[in-house]
Amino acid sequence: MAWDNWQVFLKDDGGGRTYLQWMMDAWGWTLSVAGCAWVIAVIVGALVGTLRTLPNSPWLVRLANVWVEVFRNVPILVQLFIWYFVLPKAFPPMQQIPGFLLVVFALGFFTSARIAEQVRAGIQALPRGQRYAGMAVGFTTAQTYRYVILPMAFRIILPPLTSESMNLLKNSSVAFAVSIAELTMFAMQAQEETSRGIEIYLAVTALYAASAFAVNRIFAFIEKKVQIPGFIVAGGTGGH
Amino acid sequence: MGNLDLTFLNWDLISKFVIKGFWFSVELTIIATIGGVLFGTVLALMRLSGKKFLVIPATIYVNGLRSVPLVMVILWFFLLVPLLIGRPVGAELSAIITFIVFEAAYFSEIMRAGIQSIPRGQVYAGQAMGMTYGQNMRLVVLPQAFRNMLPVLLTQTIILFQDTSLVYAIGAYDLLKGFVTAGKIYGRPEEAYLLAAVVYFIVCFGLSYLVKKLQAKIAIIR
Repeated sequence: MAWDNWQVFLKDDGGGRTYLQWMMDAWGWTLSVAGCAWVIAVIVGALVGTLRTLPNSPWLVRLANVWVEVFRNVPILVQLFIWYFVLPKAFPPMQQIPGFLLVVFALGFFTSARIAEQVRAGIQALPRGQRYAGMAVGFTTAQTYRYVILPMAFRIILPPLTSESMNLLKNSSVAFAVSIAELTMFAMQAQEETSRGIEIYLAVTALYAASAFAVNRIFAFIEKKVQIPGFIVAGGTGGH
Repeated sequence: MGNLDLTFLNWDLISKFVIKGFWFSVELTIIATIGGVLFGTVLALMRLSGKKFLVIPATIYVNGLRSVPLVMVILWFFLLVPLLIGRPVGAELSAIITFIVFEAAYFSEIMRAGIQSIPRGQVYAGQAMGMTYGQNMRLVVLPQAFRNMLPVLLTQTIILFQDTSLVYAIGAYDLLKGFVTAGKIYGRPEEAYLLAAVVYFIVCFGLSYLVKKLQAKIAIIR
Protein backbone atom coordinates (compact mmCIF):
# COMPACT_ATOMS: atom_id res chain seq x y z
CA MET A 1 0.00 0.00 0.00
CA ALA A 2 2.34 2.65 -1.22
CA TRP A 3 1.88 6.30 -0.43
CA ASP A 4 1.37 7.02 -4.16
CA ASN A 5 -1.78 4.95 -4.19
CA TRP A 6 -3.39 7.24 -1.63
CA GLN A 7 -2.86 10.26 -3.86
CA VAL A 8 -5.93 9.11 -5.74
CA PHE A 9 -7.86 11.28 -3.29
CA LEU A 10 -6.12 14.41 -4.58
CA LYS A 11 -6.98 13.65 -8.20
CA ASP A 12 -9.70 15.55 -10.00
CA ASP A 13 -12.88 13.53 -10.50
CA GLY A 14 -13.53 15.20 -13.84
CA GLY A 15 -16.07 17.58 -12.37
CA GLY A 16 -13.78 20.16 -10.79
CA ARG A 17 -13.46 18.60 -7.34
CA THR A 18 -11.04 16.10 -5.90
CA TYR A 19 -12.07 12.60 -4.89
CA LEU A 20 -11.50 13.67 -1.29
CA GLN A 21 -14.04 16.48 -1.64
CA TRP A 22 -16.44 14.12 -3.36
CA MET A 23 -16.07 11.65 -0.49
CA MET A 24 -16.73 14.37 2.09
CA ASP A 25 -19.86 15.44 0.20
CA ALA A 26 -20.92 11.79 0.12
CA TRP A 27 -20.35 11.51 3.86
CA GLY A 28 -22.59 14.54 4.29
CA TRP A 29 -25.33 12.81 2.28
CA THR A 30 -24.98 9.65 4.35
CA LEU A 31 -25.28 11.63 7.58
CA SER A 32 -28.23 13.69 6.38
CA VAL A 33 -30.14 10.68 5.03
CA ALA A 34 -29.55 8.80 8.29
CA GLY A 35 -30.24 11.83 10.47
CA CYS A 36 -33.56 12.76 8.81
CA ALA A 37 -34.65 9.11 8.76
CA TRP A 38 -33.76 8.82 12.44
CA VAL A 39 -36.12 11.67 13.35
CA ILE A 40 -39.00 9.96 11.50
CA ALA A 41 -38.10 6.55 12.93
CA VAL A 42 -38.05 7.75 16.53
CA ILE A 43 -41.28 9.77 16.30
CA VAL A 44 -43.26 7.09 14.43
CA GLY A 45 -41.63 4.25 16.38
CA ALA A 46 -42.44 5.81 19.75
CA LEU A 47 -46.03 6.45 18.68
CA VAL A 48 -46.64 3.00 17.20
CA GLY A 49 -44.85 1.25 20.06
CA THR A 50 -46.96 3.12 22.62
CA LEU A 51 -50.18 2.33 20.78
CA ARG A 52 -49.35 -1.37 21.00
CA THR A 53 -49.51 -1.24 24.79
CA LEU A 54 -52.76 0.72 25.21
CA PRO A 55 -55.03 -1.11 27.68
CA ASN A 56 -58.50 -0.52 26.20
CA SER A 57 -58.09 0.03 22.45
CA PRO A 58 -57.86 -3.37 20.73
CA TRP A 59 -58.19 -1.89 17.23
CA LEU A 60 -55.39 0.61 17.70
CA VAL A 61 -53.24 -2.21 19.06
CA ARG A 62 -54.02 -4.39 16.03
CA LEU A 63 -53.35 -1.55 13.61
CA ALA A 64 -50.00 -0.83 15.25
CA ASN A 65 -49.12 -4.55 15.17
CA VAL A 66 -49.86 -4.67 11.44
CA TRP A 67 -47.60 -1.63 10.95
CA VAL A 68 -44.73 -3.39 12.69
CA GLU A 69 -45.17 -6.70 10.84
CA VAL A 70 -45.39 -5.05 7.41
CA PHE A 71 -42.30 -2.88 7.82
CA ARG A 72 -40.28 -5.55 9.59
CA ASN A 73 -40.81 -8.44 7.20
CA VAL A 74 -39.79 -6.85 3.91
CA PRO A 75 -36.07 -6.22 3.21
CA ILE A 76 -35.04 -2.56 3.36
CA LEU A 77 -33.80 -2.63 -0.23
CA VAL A 78 -37.20 -3.83 -1.48
CA GLN A 79 -38.98 -1.21 0.65
CA LEU A 80 -36.69 1.42 -0.84
CA PHE A 81 -37.66 0.35 -4.37
CA ILE A 82 -41.33 0.52 -3.42
CA TRP A 83 -40.98 4.09 -2.15
CA TYR A 84 -38.79 5.17 -5.03
CA PHE A 85 -40.39 3.44 -8.01
CA VAL A 86 -43.74 1.85 -7.17
CA LEU A 87 -45.50 4.55 -5.13
CA PRO A 88 -44.74 7.42 -7.54
CA LYS A 89 -46.12 5.29 -10.36
CA ALA A 90 -49.24 4.29 -8.44
CA PHE A 91 -49.85 7.82 -7.14
CA PRO A 92 -48.58 10.29 -9.77
CA PRO A 93 -48.61 13.35 -7.43
CA MET A 94 -45.79 11.62 -5.54
CA GLN A 95 -43.54 12.15 -8.55
CA GLN A 96 -43.04 15.73 -7.31
CA ILE A 97 -41.34 14.48 -4.12
CA PRO A 98 -37.52 14.60 -4.34
CA GLY A 99 -35.71 11.26 -4.30
CA PHE A 100 -33.82 12.19 -1.15
CA LEU A 101 -37.09 12.44 0.80
CA LEU A 102 -38.36 9.11 -0.53
CA VAL A 103 -35.19 7.42 0.71
CA VAL A 104 -35.61 9.15 4.08
CA PHE A 105 -39.19 7.86 4.33
CA ALA A 106 -38.16 4.33 3.35
CA LEU A 107 -35.39 4.17 5.96
CA GLY A 108 -37.42 6.02 8.57
CA PHE A 109 -40.49 3.78 8.36
CA PHE A 110 -38.39 0.60 8.13
CA THR A 111 -36.55 1.57 11.32
CA SER A 112 -39.74 2.81 13.01
CA ALA A 113 -41.06 -0.77 13.09
CA ARG A 114 -37.95 -1.94 14.91
CA ILE A 115 -38.05 0.97 17.36
CA ALA A 116 -41.77 0.37 17.94
CA GLU A 117 -40.92 -3.19 18.94
CA GLN A 118 -38.32 -1.92 21.42
CA VAL A 119 -40.69 0.71 22.81
CA ARG A 120 -43.37 -1.92 23.36
CA ALA A 121 -40.90 -4.25 25.07
CA GLY A 122 -39.63 -1.35 27.19
CA ILE A 123 -43.12 -0.39 28.33
CA GLN A 124 -44.05 -3.98 29.07
CA ALA A 125 -40.84 -4.47 31.04
CA LEU A 126 -42.09 -1.96 33.62
CA PRO A 127 -43.74 -3.44 36.69
CA ARG A 128 -47.53 -3.33 36.40
CA GLY A 129 -47.60 -1.37 39.65
CA GLN A 130 -46.32 1.70 37.79
CA ARG A 131 -49.48 1.86 35.70
CA TYR A 132 -51.68 1.21 38.74
CA ALA A 133 -49.83 3.93 40.64
CA GLY A 134 -50.72 6.35 37.86
CA MET A 135 -54.36 5.29 38.02
CA ALA A 136 -54.37 5.52 41.81
CA VAL A 137 -53.36 9.17 41.79
CA GLY A 138 -56.19 9.88 39.35
CA PHE A 139 -54.20 10.24 36.09
CA THR A 140 -55.95 9.71 32.77
CA THR A 141 -54.37 7.10 30.46
CA ALA A 142 -52.59 9.88 28.56
CA GLN A 143 -51.24 11.38 31.78
CA THR A 144 -50.11 7.97 33.04
CA TYR A 145 -48.10 7.51 29.86
CA ARG A 146 -46.76 11.05 29.84
CA TYR A 147 -45.66 11.26 33.47
CA VAL A 148 -45.13 7.67 34.63
CA ILE A 149 -44.63 5.06 31.91
CA LEU A 150 -42.87 6.76 29.01
CA PRO A 151 -40.11 8.49 31.03
CA MET A 152 -39.12 5.12 32.50
CA ALA A 153 -39.56 3.15 29.27
CA PHE A 154 -37.43 5.69 27.40
CA ARG A 155 -34.54 5.01 29.74
CA ILE A 156 -34.97 1.25 29.51
CA ILE A 157 -34.81 1.26 25.72
CA LEU A 158 -31.76 3.51 25.38
CA PRO A 159 -29.27 0.62 24.89
CA PRO A 160 -31.26 -1.14 22.13
CA LEU A 161 -32.12 2.27 20.64
CA THR A 162 -28.37 2.92 20.43
CA SER A 163 -27.72 -0.17 18.36
CA GLU A 164 -30.81 0.49 16.23
CA SER A 165 -29.57 4.02 15.50
CA MET A 166 -26.21 2.59 14.47
CA ASN A 167 -28.08 0.08 12.30
CA LEU A 168 -29.96 2.95 10.66
CA LEU A 169 -26.69 4.66 9.83
CA LYS A 170 -25.34 1.44 8.30
CA ASN A 171 -28.61 0.70 6.50
CA SER A 172 -28.46 4.11 4.82
CA SER A 173 -25.89 2.47 2.55
CA VAL A 174 -28.74 0.88 0.55
CA ALA A 175 -29.45 4.34 -0.88
CA PHE A 176 -26.78 3.55 -3.48
CA ALA A 177 -29.41 1.46 -5.25
CA VAL A 178 -31.42 4.57 -6.15
CA SER A 179 -28.36 6.67 -6.96
CA ILE A 180 -28.26 8.92 -3.90
CA ALA A 181 -24.71 10.32 -3.86
CA GLU A 182 -23.87 8.85 -0.45
CA LEU A 183 -20.77 6.99 0.72
CA THR A 184 -21.48 3.56 -0.75
CA MET A 185 -22.43 5.11 -4.09
CA PHE A 186 -19.17 7.08 -3.98
CA ALA A 187 -17.21 3.93 -3.15
CA MET A 188 -18.68 2.02 -6.09
CA GLN A 189 -18.23 4.82 -8.62
CA ALA A 190 -14.79 5.97 -7.49
CA GLN A 191 -13.57 2.37 -7.41
CA GLU A 192 -14.64 1.95 -11.00
CA GLU A 193 -13.19 5.25 -12.21
CA THR A 194 -9.81 5.04 -10.46
CA SER A 195 -9.22 1.28 -9.99
CA ARG A 196 -7.91 2.19 -6.53
CA GLY A 197 -10.56 0.10 -4.84
CA ILE A 198 -8.67 -0.83 -1.69
CA GLU A 199 -7.75 2.75 -0.73
CA ILE A 200 -11.23 4.05 -1.51
CA TYR A 201 -13.02 1.22 0.33
CA LEU A 202 -10.69 1.61 3.32
CA ALA A 203 -11.45 5.31 3.59
CA VAL A 204 -15.21 4.79 3.21
CA THR A 205 -15.23 1.92 5.70
CA ALA A 206 -13.33 4.06 8.19
CA LEU A 207 -15.89 6.87 7.80
CA TYR A 208 -18.76 4.46 8.42
CA ALA A 209 -17.05 2.98 11.47
CA ALA A 210 -16.21 6.45 12.82
CA SER A 211 -19.80 7.62 12.33
CA ALA A 212 -21.22 4.53 14.01
CA PHE A 213 -18.79 5.00 16.89
CA ALA A 214 -19.82 8.66 17.24
CA VAL A 215 -23.49 7.63 17.42
CA ASN A 216 -22.55 5.11 20.10
CA ARG A 217 -20.72 7.76 22.17
CA ILE A 218 -23.56 10.29 21.86
CA PHE A 219 -26.01 7.73 23.20
CA ALA A 220 -23.66 6.71 26.00
CA PHE A 221 -23.51 10.38 26.97
CA ILE A 222 -27.32 10.73 26.91
CA GLU A 223 -27.67 7.52 28.91
CA LYS A 224 -25.36 8.87 31.58
CA LYS A 225 -27.15 12.23 31.70
CA VAL A 226 -30.66 10.86 32.10
CA GLN A 227 -29.97 7.89 34.33
CA ILE A 228 -31.92 7.67 37.56
CA PRO A 229 -29.88 6.28 40.44
CA GLY A 230 -31.23 2.97 41.68
CA PHE A 231 -32.74 1.81 38.38
CA ILE A 232 -30.67 -0.72 36.48
CA VAL A 233 -31.21 -0.69 32.76
CA ALA A 234 -31.27 -3.91 30.76
CA GLY A 235 -28.89 -4.33 27.83
CA GLY A 236 -29.97 -5.46 24.39
CA THR A 237 -28.69 -6.83 21.14
CA GLY A 238 -29.92 -5.76 17.74
CA GLY A 239 -30.13 -7.00 14.19
CA HIS A 240 -28.73 -5.07 11.27
CA MET B 1 -53.33 2.28 -7.85
CA GLY B 2 -54.74 2.54 -11.38
CA ASN B 3 -51.32 2.64 -13.01
CA LEU B 4 -50.18 -0.74 -11.80
CA ASP B 5 -51.05 -3.80 -13.81
CA LEU B 6 -50.39 -7.20 -12.33
CA THR B 7 -51.91 -9.23 -15.17
CA PHE B 8 -48.45 -10.06 -16.57
CA LEU B 9 -47.90 -12.45 -13.69
CA ASN B 10 -47.97 -16.06 -14.82
CA TRP B 11 -46.31 -19.38 -14.08
CA ASP B 12 -43.89 -18.94 -16.95
CA LEU B 13 -42.41 -15.84 -15.34
CA ILE B 14 -42.12 -17.52 -11.97
CA SER B 15 -40.52 -20.71 -13.23
CA LYS B 16 -38.13 -18.92 -15.60
CA PHE B 17 -36.87 -16.10 -13.40
CA VAL B 18 -38.05 -16.23 -9.81
CA ILE B 19 -37.48 -19.83 -8.69
CA LYS B 20 -33.79 -19.76 -9.54
CA GLY B 21 -33.29 -16.62 -7.47
CA PHE B 22 -35.42 -17.93 -4.63
CA TRP B 23 -33.27 -21.05 -4.34
CA PHE B 24 -30.10 -19.04 -4.31
CA SER B 25 -31.47 -16.84 -1.49
CA VAL B 26 -32.45 -19.95 0.47
CA GLU B 27 -29.11 -21.63 -0.21
CA LEU B 28 -27.21 -18.51 0.84
CA THR B 29 -29.29 -18.26 4.02
CA ILE B 30 -28.73 -21.90 4.98
CA ILE B 31 -25.00 -21.99 4.21
CA ALA B 32 -24.38 -18.65 5.95
CA THR B 33 -26.39 -19.77 8.99
CA ILE B 34 -24.51 -23.04 9.39
CA GLY B 35 -21.12 -21.50 8.64
CA GLY B 36 -21.88 -18.43 10.72
CA VAL B 37 -23.04 -20.43 13.73
CA LEU B 38 -19.97 -22.70 13.66
CA PHE B 39 -17.49 -19.87 13.18
CA GLY B 40 -19.51 -17.67 15.55
CA THR B 41 -19.34 -20.30 18.30
CA VAL B 42 -15.56 -20.40 17.97
CA LEU B 43 -15.44 -16.59 18.21
CA ALA B 44 -17.73 -16.61 21.24
CA LEU B 45 -15.61 -19.23 23.00
CA MET B 46 -12.50 -17.18 22.21
CA ARG B 47 -14.07 -14.07 23.73
CA LEU B 48 -15.13 -15.99 26.84
CA SER B 49 -11.81 -17.82 27.25
CA GLY B 50 -10.23 -15.06 29.36
CA LYS B 51 -6.93 -15.46 27.47
CA LYS B 52 -5.80 -12.14 26.04
CA PHE B 53 -4.33 -13.51 22.81
CA LEU B 54 -7.74 -15.07 22.03
CA VAL B 55 -10.02 -12.37 23.42
CA ILE B 56 -8.45 -9.42 21.61
CA PRO B 57 -8.50 -10.72 18.01
CA ALA B 58 -12.03 -12.09 18.42
CA THR B 59 -13.27 -8.80 19.89
CA ILE B 60 -11.70 -6.76 17.10
CA TYR B 61 -13.20 -9.10 14.51
CA VAL B 62 -16.72 -8.97 15.94
CA ASN B 63 -16.84 -5.25 16.74
CA GLY B 64 -15.11 -4.35 13.49
CA LEU B 65 -17.60 -6.17 11.30
CA ARG B 66 -20.55 -4.97 13.35
CA SER B 67 -19.64 -1.33 12.76
CA VAL B 68 -19.57 -1.58 8.96
CA PRO B 69 -22.59 -1.80 6.62
CA LEU B 70 -23.15 -5.24 5.08
CA VAL B 71 -23.20 -3.65 1.62
CA MET B 72 -19.64 -2.42 2.14
CA VAL B 73 -18.53 -5.86 3.31
CA ILE B 74 -20.12 -7.42 0.21
CA LEU B 75 -18.25 -4.92 -1.99
CA TRP B 76 -14.99 -5.55 -0.12
CA PHE B 77 -15.09 -9.27 -0.68
CA PHE B 78 -16.10 -8.90 -4.29
CA LEU B 79 -12.96 -6.79 -4.72
CA LEU B 80 -10.59 -8.77 -2.48
CA VAL B 81 -11.41 -12.44 -3.04
CA PRO B 82 -10.22 -12.45 -6.66
CA LEU B 83 -7.00 -10.65 -5.60
CA LEU B 84 -6.38 -13.19 -2.84
CA ILE B 85 -6.97 -16.37 -4.79
CA GLY B 86 -5.66 -15.02 -8.05
CA ARG B 87 -8.63 -15.66 -10.29
CA PRO B 88 -12.03 -14.02 -10.73
CA VAL B 89 -14.89 -15.56 -8.77
CA GLY B 90 -18.58 -15.34 -9.49
CA ALA B 91 -20.78 -12.95 -7.56
CA GLU B 92 -22.64 -15.91 -6.02
CA LEU B 93 -19.54 -17.57 -4.52
CA SER B 94 -18.26 -14.21 -3.32
CA ALA B 95 -21.65 -13.60 -1.65
CA ILE B 96 -21.54 -16.95 0.16
CA ILE B 97 -18.06 -16.29 1.58
CA THR B 98 -19.04 -12.76 2.59
CA PHE B 99 -22.17 -13.85 4.41
CA ILE B 100 -20.40 -16.56 6.42
CA VAL B 101 -17.69 -14.13 7.50
CA PHE B 102 -20.13 -11.29 8.24
CA GLU B 103 -22.88 -13.25 9.97
CA ALA B 104 -20.36 -15.05 12.19
CA ALA B 105 -19.87 -11.73 13.99
CA TYR B 106 -23.59 -11.46 14.74
CA PHE B 107 -24.06 -15.14 15.57
CA SER B 108 -21.09 -15.01 17.95
CA GLU B 109 -22.83 -12.26 19.95
CA ILE B 110 -25.93 -14.46 20.20
CA MET B 111 -23.84 -17.46 21.25
CA ARG B 112 -21.96 -15.39 23.82
CA ALA B 113 -25.20 -14.16 25.38
CA GLY B 114 -26.55 -17.73 25.33
CA ILE B 115 -23.47 -19.16 27.00
CA GLN B 116 -23.48 -16.39 29.61
CA SER B 117 -27.13 -17.16 30.36
CA ILE B 118 -26.07 -20.51 31.85
CA PRO B 119 -25.64 -20.22 35.63
CA ARG B 120 -22.04 -20.57 36.81
CA GLY B 121 -23.13 -23.43 39.03
CA GLN B 122 -23.62 -25.59 35.95
CA VAL B 123 -19.99 -25.09 34.95
CA TYR B 124 -18.82 -25.80 38.50
CA ALA B 125 -20.96 -28.94 38.61
CA GLY B 126 -19.29 -30.16 35.44
CA GLN B 127 -15.86 -29.38 36.84
CA ALA B 128 -16.73 -31.12 40.11
CA MET B 129 -17.49 -34.27 38.12
CA GLY B 130 -14.01 -34.08 36.65
CA MET B 131 -14.99 -32.99 33.14
CA THR B 132 -12.41 -31.31 30.92
CA TYR B 133 -13.17 -27.88 29.39
CA GLY B 134 -14.21 -29.54 26.13
CA GLN B 135 -16.49 -32.06 27.82
CA ASN B 136 -18.02 -29.39 30.01
CA MET B 137 -18.79 -27.19 26.98
CA ARG B 138 -20.05 -30.03 24.80
CA LEU B 139 -22.12 -31.91 27.38
CA VAL B 140 -23.26 -29.26 29.86
CA VAL B 141 -23.04 -25.66 28.69
CA LEU B 142 -23.62 -25.62 24.91
CA PRO B 143 -26.74 -27.86 24.85
CA GLN B 144 -28.49 -25.62 27.39
CA ALA B 145 -27.17 -22.42 25.84
CA PHE B 146 -28.37 -23.55 22.42
CA ARG B 147 -31.84 -24.19 23.75
CA ASN B 148 -31.99 -20.76 25.37
CA MET B 149 -30.88 -18.94 22.27
CA LEU B 150 -32.69 -20.93 19.59
CA PRO B 151 -35.47 -18.33 19.13
CA VAL B 152 -32.97 -15.46 18.77
CA LEU B 153 -30.87 -17.60 16.46
CA LEU B 154 -33.84 -18.30 14.20
CA THR B 155 -34.88 -14.63 14.24
CA GLN B 156 -31.36 -13.74 13.11
CA THR B 157 -31.75 -16.27 10.31
CA ILE B 158 -34.90 -14.48 9.14
CA ILE B 159 -33.00 -11.18 9.17
CA LEU B 160 -30.25 -12.95 7.26
CA PHE B 161 -32.77 -14.06 4.62
CA GLN B 162 -33.85 -10.43 4.20
CA ASP B 163 -30.22 -9.31 4.04
CA THR B 164 -29.50 -11.66 1.15
CA SER B 165 -31.30 -9.10 -1.03
CA LEU B 166 -28.25 -6.85 -0.60
CA VAL B 167 -26.22 -9.02 -2.99
CA TYR B 168 -27.97 -6.75 -5.49
CA ALA B 169 -24.86 -4.57 -5.04
CA ILE B 170 -22.67 -7.08 -6.88
CA GLY B 171 -25.35 -8.41 -9.21
CA ALA B 172 -25.65 -11.92 -7.79
CA TYR B 173 -28.85 -13.66 -8.90
CA ASP B 174 -31.04 -13.87 -5.79
CA LEU B 175 -34.79 -13.65 -5.23
CA LEU B 176 -34.88 -9.86 -5.68
CA LYS B 177 -32.74 -10.04 -8.81
CA GLY B 178 -35.11 -12.68 -10.19
CA PHE B 179 -38.03 -10.28 -9.88
CA VAL B 180 -36.01 -7.33 -11.20
CA THR B 181 -34.95 -9.35 -14.26
CA ALA B 182 -38.49 -10.53 -14.91
CA GLY B 183 -39.77 -6.98 -14.48
CA LYS B 184 -37.31 -5.69 -17.05
CA ILE B 185 -38.10 -8.37 -19.60
CA TYR B 186 -41.86 -7.98 -19.26
CA GLY B 187 -41.57 -4.18 -19.12
CA ARG B 188 -43.24 -4.04 -15.70
CA PRO B 189 -40.44 -3.20 -13.22
CA GLU B 190 -42.67 -1.50 -10.63
CA GLU B 191 -45.08 -4.40 -10.41
CA ALA B 192 -42.15 -6.78 -10.08
CA TYR B 193 -40.85 -4.86 -7.03
CA LEU B 194 -44.29 -5.08 -5.48
CA LEU B 195 -44.44 -8.85 -6.04
CA ALA B 196 -40.96 -9.22 -4.56
CA ALA B 197 -42.15 -7.39 -1.45
CA VAL B 198 -45.16 -9.71 -1.17
CA VAL B 199 -43.01 -12.85 -1.47
CA TYR B 200 -40.45 -11.63 1.09
CA PHE B 201 -43.28 -10.68 3.43
CA ILE B 202 -44.99 -14.06 3.20
CA VAL B 203 -41.76 -15.96 3.80
CA CYS B 204 -40.51 -13.79 6.67
CA PHE B 205 -43.88 -13.33 8.35
CA GLY B 206 -44.56 -17.07 8.15
CA LEU B 207 -41.17 -17.95 9.57
CA SER B 208 -41.40 -15.47 12.44
CA TYR B 209 -44.85 -16.85 13.28
CA LEU B 210 -43.30 -20.33 13.51
CA VAL B 211 -40.47 -19.01 15.68
CA LYS B 212 -43.02 -17.49 18.08
CA LYS B 213 -44.80 -20.86 18.33
CA LEU B 214 -41.51 -22.64 18.94
CA GLN B 215 -40.47 -20.10 21.54
CA ALA B 216 -43.59 -20.77 23.58
CA LYS B 217 -42.98 -24.50 23.29
CA ILE B 218 -39.33 -24.80 24.27
CA ALA B 219 -39.08 -22.07 26.90
CA ILE B 220 -37.45 -23.57 30.00
CA ILE B 221 -39.74 -23.16 32.96
CA ARG B 222 -37.84 -21.90 35.97
